[in-house]
Amino acid sequence: MNVHEFQAKQLFAQFGVPVPRGKEITSPEAAAAWASELNTPVFVVKAQIHAGGRGKAGGVKITKEKGAVAGIAKELIGKTLITHQTGPKGRKVHRLLLEEGANIAKELYLSILVDRDTGWPTFIASTEGGMEIEEVAEKTPEKIIKEAIDPAVGFQGHNGRNVAFALGLQAMEPAVINPFVQMLGNLYRLFMEKHAALVEINPLIITKEKTLVALDGKVSFDDNGVFKHDDVQKMRDLNEEDPLEIEATANNLNYVKLDGNIGCMVNGAGLAMATMDVIKLAGSEPANFLDVGGGATKDTVAAGFRILLKDPNVKGIFINIFGGIVRCERIAHGVIEAAKEVKITVPLVVRLQGTNADEGRKLLAESGLKLEVANDLWEAAQKIVKLTGKAA
Amino acid sequence: MSILVNKNTRVVVQGITGKEGSFHATQCKAYGTKMVAGVTPGKAGQEVEGIPVFNTVADAVKKTDCDTSLIFVPPPFCADAILEAADAGVKLIICITEGIPVNDMVKVKRALHGRDVRLIGPNCPGVITVDEAKIGIMPGFIHKRGVVGVVSRSGTLTYEAVHQLSTLGLGETTCVGIGGDPVNGTGFVDVLPLFEQDSETQAVVMIGEIGGDAEEKAAEYIKKHVKKPVISFIAGITAPPGRRMGHAGAIISGGKGTATEKMKALEAAGVRVVKNPAEIGHAVKAALGR
Repeated sequence: MNVHEFQAKQLFAQFGVPVPRGKEITSPEAAAAWASELNTPVFVVKAQIHAGGRGKAGGVKITKEKGAVAGIAKELIGKTLITHQTGPKGRKVHRLLLEEGANIAKELYLSILVDRDTGWPTFIASTEGGMEIEEVAEKTPEKIIKEAIDPAVGFQGHNGRNVAFALGLQAMEPAVINPFVQMLGNLYRLFMEKHAALVEINPLIITKEKTLVALDGKVSFDDNGVFKHDDVQKMRDLNEEDPLEIEATANNLNYVKLDGNIGCMVNGAGLAMATMDVIKLAGSEPANFLDVGGGATKDTVAAGFRILLKDPNVKGIFINIFGGIVRCERIAHGVIEAAKEVKITVPLVVRLQGTNADEGRKLLAESGLKLEVANDLWEAAQKIVKLTGKAA
Repeated sequence: MSILVNKNTRVVVQGITGKEGSFHATQCKAYGTKMVAGVTPGKAGQEVEGIPVFNTVADAVKKTDCDTSLIFVPPPFCADAILEAADAGVKLIICITEGIPVNDMVKVKRALHGRDVRLIGPNCPGVITVDEAKIGIMPGFIHKRGVVGVVSRSGTLTYEAVHQLSTLGLGETTCVGIGGDPVNGTGFVDVLPLFEQDSETQAVVMIGEIGGDAEEKAAEYIKKHVKKPVISFIAGITAPPGRRMGHAGAIISGGKGTATEKMKALEAAGVRVVKNPAEIGHAVKAALGR
């Protein structure tokens, strides 16, 4: 789960990580009022969407004129930003962060996440602040500093000093070394206590006044840990999520919308991905990832159909079930019942394999529904691609 | 021979009185596995399908000599359950539970480090040695005793591969589900040497997916240490970056962990990489010259 920059900065402040004075703004009037209260030489207005690249897309404005702030807010609220992370449709701006500007002397990069290789939380730091860290890692890997934190004892001072000296803070600005070490300890606490998946500050700046400030902030949370934190759950912004994905979550389905036109419904995440892959191999593109899980029933199948059919790109549906604990004849009943409730207007191929597959296939064949039955994965994929008008 | 579990393995089920726990304990017992104990705090003295229930894993170990734990405890209490099994002296812990917070697993993995215990999972279908012991949620009947070892990050996709191997008459020795979470107990590189040393296993099927670099690490290991043929499929070549594909660990982040990269690394290590998941069985057959 992702949150906005202003929410990330609220968390930073709560954990003692310095941020610019700022506030979430949803109207030009509120912008004018907060600008008066801020009373700073430079005002920064930042569009709040869950995507990077906002600056280049015109979503970040800087002004020295207090009187201009309301006008900028009016222009940005309701505007659709298209960045390299939003896709061609872009993302509509509903809220802004209005904060004070800073005197930047030096920009750094800092983040923490779990290194999957070691299973240890690991800081990543670089002197190349403000840049895409993937690009830095690719072009100048020597500029990436890593420091793993032993989860048995947690963050220790030497972890922070290792990063500080490797970054060259002593030559850069010795006054910030101690605050920097302290900041890393605070970020580690935030990361572990709130079950974050990633905490990133890019850039972390050293100001001309010799202080550290998190000028930008990104926090994403482990979906499996969010249930422990009411405050984090409240930060969820449904405006930033796909409506079909929200509906799927409400029905306990795991759905990710993609750009192709063959809708697929599968039990199990790995098999769902493999089904998408096989659709592509057969010459078409999947419209989605949809895992109905281990306990697929008539209701989950019906909810799956409704979600797939709401996507106007879907020209055919491929159901792929490998019955294990789930019995195929139950799935067949589910498909038949669901098809009565939901009008299926596109070609449908159902592939059943595993527990009671023969019985399930027989039920489907005798149901009078307009669908094709298959028992082999490759045969099924070729059938649905052919039915939707693209040859393999 | 086989790896990890066999007909002598003695299993305790943690969370045995829950819906999932009781159903699968019953299924495993019906397969012929030695299901000797169950644990649910406060329910000692009860029985599930003739399996005695204890309050603690320590009690279960004392009374039944169980050496392997199968865990169905819900996510918020699961880290505790794994550590309880380890402290009670269980040597193999198989955790089926899906949805354990990553940071909980970070602490569990660290706590188990250096101790004489192996964790499989979490978020996995379990381990089966065909015709000897089924310790997990996989459908037993699709398996057929044979010569192929299977190790996989996925559940139903593993069943798909197993079904192909059984149908073609190749059969399996042991199938190990290592799970779809980013931090887990056992990786490909831990299971591969066991198959390499197992006299009955003639080939290994390794099923990976996008996210992380477990497959790349496996490729390095195979190149140096594995002489038996390895056949691999990597799911998710069509998955877009930045989106989690069901499993917490199945995500392409920062341009790393793509299926294409993994396939390339495996091919370079001499692994036969199958692009079409419907072809896994045939590829194994060809590799074994049958």
